[in-house]
Amino acid sequence: MVSRRNNVFANLDWLVVILYLVLISVGVMNIFSAEYNETTKNFFDFSLRSGKQMIWIGAALILALLLLIIDSRFYLYFATPLYVIIILALIAVLVVGVEINGAKSWFVIGPVRIQPSEFAKVVTGLMLAKYLSGPNIKLQNIKNLIIAGVIIFMPALIILLQPDTGSTLVYFSLIIVLYREGLPGILVAIGIALTVLFIITLLFDKLIIVASLIFLAFLIYFFLEKKKKNFFIGLGIFLVSGILFWGANKLFLDNKINIYLSLLLVISFSCLIYIILSFAKKIKYIVLILAILAGAIGFTYSVNYFFYNILEDHQQKRINVVLGIESDPLGSGYNVNQSKIAIGSGGFSGKGYLRGTQTKFNFVPEQSTDFIFCTVGEEWGFIGTTIMILLFVFLLLRLLMLAERQRTPFSRIYGYSVFSIFLFHFTINIGMTIGLVPVIGIPLPFISYGGSSLWAFTILLFIFIRLDASRSEFL
Amino acid sequence: MKNQFENRKLAIGGVLILLALIFIAKLFYLQIINTSYRLSAENNVIRYVPQFPARGLIFDRNGKLVVHNEAAYDLMVIPSQLSEFDTLDLCDILTIEKEDFLISLKTARAYSPYRPSTIIKQINPETYAKLQEKMYRFPGFYVHTRTLRKYSYNIASHLLGYVGEVSEKDIKKDPYYKLGDYIGKSGIEKSYETELRGKKGVKMYLVDVHNRIKGPYQSGRHDSDPIVGSNLTATFDADLQTYGEQLMQNKVGSIVAIEPATGEILSLVSAPSYKPSLLVGRIRSKNYLALARDTLKPLFNRALMASYPPGSTFKTINGLIGLQERTLYPSTTYGCTMGYHSRGLTVGCHSHRSPLNLPSAVQISCNAYFCNVFRNILDSGKYTDIHESFDSWRNYLISFGFGQKISLDLPNELKGFVPKSSYYDRYYGKKGWSSLTVISLAIGQGELGITPIQLANMTAAIANRGHYFSPHIMKEIAGGNDNKEMFIKKHNTAIDSINFIPIISGMEMAVNGQPGSGSTARIAKIDSIIVCGKTGTAQNPHGEDHSIFIAFAPKDNPKIAIAVFVENGGFGARYAAPIASLMIEKYLKGKTKRKWIEDYILKTDLIHGEQKK
Repeated sequence: MVSRRNNVFANLDWLVVILYLVLISVGVMNIFSAEYNETTKNFFDFSLRSGKQMIWIGAALILALLLLIIDSRFYLYFATPLYVIIILALIAVLVVGVEINGAKSWFVIGPVRIQPSEFAKVVTGLMLAKYLSGPNIKLQNIKNLIIAGVIIFMPALIILLQPDTGSTLVYFSLIIVLYREGLPGILVAIGIALTVLFIITLLFDKLIIVASLIFLAFLIYFFLEKKKKNFFIGLGIFLVSGILFWGANKLFLDNKINIYLSLLLVISFSCLIYIILSFAKKIKYIVLILAILAGAIGFTYSVNYFFYNILEDHQQKRINVVLGIESDPLGSGYNVNQSKIAIGSGGFSGKGYLRGTQTKFNFVPEQSTDFIFCTVGEEWGFIGTTIMILLFVFLLLRLLMLAERQRTPFSRIYGYSVFSIFLFHFTINIGMTIGLVPVIGIPLPFISYGGSSLWAFTILLFIFIRLDASRSEFL
Repeated sequence: MKNQFENRKLAIGGVLILLALIFIAKLFYLQIINTSYRLSAENNVIRYVPQFPARGLIFDRNGKLVVHNEAAYDLMVIPSQLSEFDTLDLCDILTIEKEDFLISLKTARAYSPYRPSTIIKQINPETYAKLQEKMYRFPGFYVHTRTLRKYSYNIASHLLGYVGEVSEKDIKKDPYYKLGDYIGKSGIEKSYETELRGKKGVKMYLVDVHNRIKGPYQSGRHDSDPIVGSNLTATFDADLQTYGEQLMQNKVGSIVAIEPATGEILSLVSAPSYKPSLLVGRIRSKNYLALARDTLKPLFNRALMASYPPGSTFKTINGLIGLQERTLYPSTTYGCTMGYHSRGLTVGCHSHRSPLNLPSAVQISCNAYFCNVFRNILDSGKYTDIHESFDSWRNYLISFGFGQKISLDLPNELKGFVPKSSYYDRYYGKKGWSSLTVISLAIGQGELGITPIQLANMTAAIANRGHYFSPHIMKEIAGGNDNKEMFIKKHNTAIDSINFIPIISGMEMAVNGQPGSGSTARIAKIDSIIVCGKTGTAQNPHGEDHSIFIAFAPKDNPKIAIAVFVENGGFGARYAAPIASLMIEKYLKGKTKRKWIEDYILKTDLIHGEQKK
C-alpha cells in the first residue's frame, strides 16, 4: 500500500495539476476584481465573494488530496451504488430542496448549501465508464446504446424538473464519449443535420424551408441518377407549371402571392411532379429520398411546436437574440450586450487589474459567476482572453491525451467524460459572453465563483488524475 | 490493444481547436478590430439615460386643452463616479440645506455606489439653467429631464386623477416601471395609463472623468427613442365642469351629467374637491397628506363611491315597474290622506289634492300613491310568494344598472347596494316579512345604496325611454380604443318604451306645472327648454335630509341627463333642483340667465354655515 501511494505522486500528471492551480488562482483574482470598489479593498475579507472563494479553494485542495489517496479501483466497484445514491438525491432535492434563483436544486443543512446536480455529473461519468467498459458492450448494438442513453439522460431529466436547463444540457456533451466509443457515424450525421435544420427553421419561414427541402431532394436525386434526359424532363415540367401558376396568380388571385414565394412554389411543385413521375418509373433511391424528405418536413413542424409550446418565453428570446431575429439591448439581450461592451472595451491589453469600469456588478448581472469572462476581457484585454482560452485548450488537449493513453476502457471512458463536460462548459460559457451561443447559465470551470461547482469540477478532474496515475496497475 | 475508433480522437481534438479558433477570432474582432466597443483609457463610462416620453395630452369634448406637460429636472448622482466637489456651492445653487443634501447623498451611496439615485427631484427651469452652467464642477452628478402635469383648467381632479411615483407593487406587476417612474394613480390617468404614458426610450452616452458627455455611445446604435403618449379626448365639457364645481362650492355632494344618446359623461363633480395642480411636483406629498387628513374628505370621489338612498327620485322607477307588471295603469288613481296607512303603519305625506293619477302623483310626489304601487307589485298574485316577487322587482332595478359598477373606465367605482329577498330573510326569517315590511323602498328609502353616477345613469335610461349606454369618460384616444364595442353597446332595461310616457309626463309637470298645481320642482324650469325632473329628499342618520334631483332635457331628443346630490341640503327643490337646472341651462344654452338663482346657490355655504351665523 505504502509503495503504491508513493507511486501515485510519482506518476501524477503534474502538468494538469499545475494548469488546475493556475486556473483557480486566476479565477479568485477575477472574482475579487468583479466585486472591487473603493469600499472593498481587502482581498481576504471573508464577507466578500473572493474571500469565500478562498475558503472553497482551500477545501477543494484538501478534497483533491483525499481523492489522490483513495484506491483507484474504488471507483470501478462503487460506480453503480454511487449512481443510485445520486439519483435518489436528485429526486429528494425535488421534494425537500430549497428554491434558489427559481430552481429547486439545493439542499440546505445549517450554513451549508449543496447542489447535488453538480456532483451528479461526476457520478454519471463513472457509471457510463463502468457500463461501456463491460464485456461485450458495443454501441452498434441498439440495446446497449439505449442503456447508455438512459444512464446519461436519467439524471438530466430529473434536473430538468428542478428546473435547471443549463445543468441538463451539460449531459448532452457525453454524446462525445459515445462517439469516441463507437456510436455509429450515421447517427452523428443525423444529429448534426437536425441541429442545422432546427436553427434554419427558426430563421426562415416554414413554407420556404419545405420548398427548399423538396428542391434539395430533387437535386440529390438528380445527381444520383446523372441522366441528361431526366434533367430536360424536369426543366420542361418546371416551365409548364411556372406558366400555369403565373396565369393562375394573375387571373384568380390578383397577384396576391409575391414573386419569390411564387418561384418557390413552382419549384417545389415541379420537383414533386418530377419525383412522382420517377417513382412511377421505379427508379432506385426514390423511396429513401422521399422518406428522408418526409422526416425532415415533419421535424421542421415539430421544431416549431417545441419552440413555441415547450420552451419558456425567456428561453425563446435568448435563442432569438443569438440568431439575430430579435434585437433587445435592454431586455433579454441586455446581459450579452453589456458583456460584449465590457469585453470589447478591454481592447488589446485591457484596462489593467481592478481598473475595469464596465464589469462591476452594476452593468453585467451574474458578474462573478456566469459572466466572469467579461472581467478577464475588460481588464486583461485580448492578451488576457487569448491566454485564458489557450490555458483551457491546453488543459483539454492534455486530458484528451491522458484519456487516450489509458490502458483500461474504464479509465479512458471516464477521461473522455471529464473532457466532454469541461469542453461543454468552456464552449457554452465563453460562447455566451461573446454572443455566439444563447445565454445558458452554467459556470466557467475553476474561474466562476461558487463552492459547489468548484468542488464538483475538482472531484471530476482529480478522480481522473488518480486513475491516470495508476494506469500501470491495470494490465 | 488498438481501438478501432481511436482515430475519432482526431475529430474530437479538431473540434476543440476549431472552437478555440472561432473564439479567438471573435475576440479579436470584439477587442481589436471593432473599436466602437472600446472606451478610451481615462476611465470613460457609459451612462444610461432613460428617455421619458411626454405623457399624452387630455382634451375636453370640445377640443379644449385641459392637461398638458411642463419640463422638470431631477438631479441624479452615481456615487462611484463622484470626486471632490464644493458641496456648499452646489447647495447654494439648489437652495437646499447642506445637511439634507449630505443625508440624501449617504442614502444614495447606501442604495448602490454604481446605480444612479435621485438627489433632488423636480428642479424648476430657472435653477436648472444656473446648475447647467456649473455642472462640469460636479462630476458624478447629472440631470434627468422629465415632464410634470400642468393644468390649463384647474378642474375635474376626480375625473382626471393624478400621477405619482410607482409603488413597489406597481414595479412587481409590470417590469416596465423602474423605481422613481411615474404612473397614473386614479381617474383617467389610471384607466388610460398604458396609452397616456407612451414608451420609455434609452440613450447611452460616453461620459469622461469630468462628467462631460462626450457624445452618444456607438453613435446611438443601441439607443431607442421614447414614444410619446397618446392624446386623449375626454367626454366632459370643461366649461360645464368648471361651472358645476363653482355651484358645488361650500357644499358636500356631487353632480353627474351624462349624454343619454352615448353614455358620455358631460360633467362629474364631487364636492368638496381640490385643485389637480395641488398633486403635482414636489408639493405633492405635503398636499396629499393635508387632503387625506381633511375631515371633509376631498379625496373621496362621492360621485362614484358614496352610496345614498335615492329618495323620491325612485318613485319614477317604481312607477315604471308597476306599469310593466300590469299592476298599475296611467289612469289608476289612489287617494291620499296625509300619507299611507296600513295595519297601524303610516308613511306620511304632505298635503295636496287627492285622489291622483300616475302623472300627477309623479308631479306632486305623493308618498301614499307609490306605497300602493309598490305593494301591488309585490302582492300581485303573479308570483308564488314575496321572495319571488321581490327578486323580480330587484331584477328590474338591476336592468337599470343599480347594484353594479356601471362606468367603463372610471376606477374605484362602488357597486352600491340593492338587497335580495334573502337579505330580509336573515333579519326577519323566511316568513317573517311582507311587502309592508319593506314599504320604505316604495319611496326610495330603506336598504338602498345608490351612487350618484348610477342615479344619473337611470335618468339617462328614462330620457332614452328604456335603454342606456354605459357611462364613460373617454371619447377618443389616438391609436384607437381596444374595447370599442363596450362603449357603443346598448343596454336595454326591462321596461317597455311605451311605459315611459306617463312617467316622463309626470316629470315634465313636476318642473313645468302651473303655479298652485302642486309641482315640486318649478324652480328648475327654464324658458324655451322643456326640462323633465324629479325631486328627492333622502332621510339619513347624519343630520338633515339630503337634497336630490334628477332631470333630463329637452324632453324630446334629450341632450343631457343629470343627477345632483347635496348632502344635508334639505328638500330636493331647495338646492339640488336649482343646481341641476343651472347646469342644464349652461350646457344647452352656453350661459345662464337666472342670475338670482345662481347667486342664491353660489352664496349658499352648507359647510361653514353654522360658523357664519
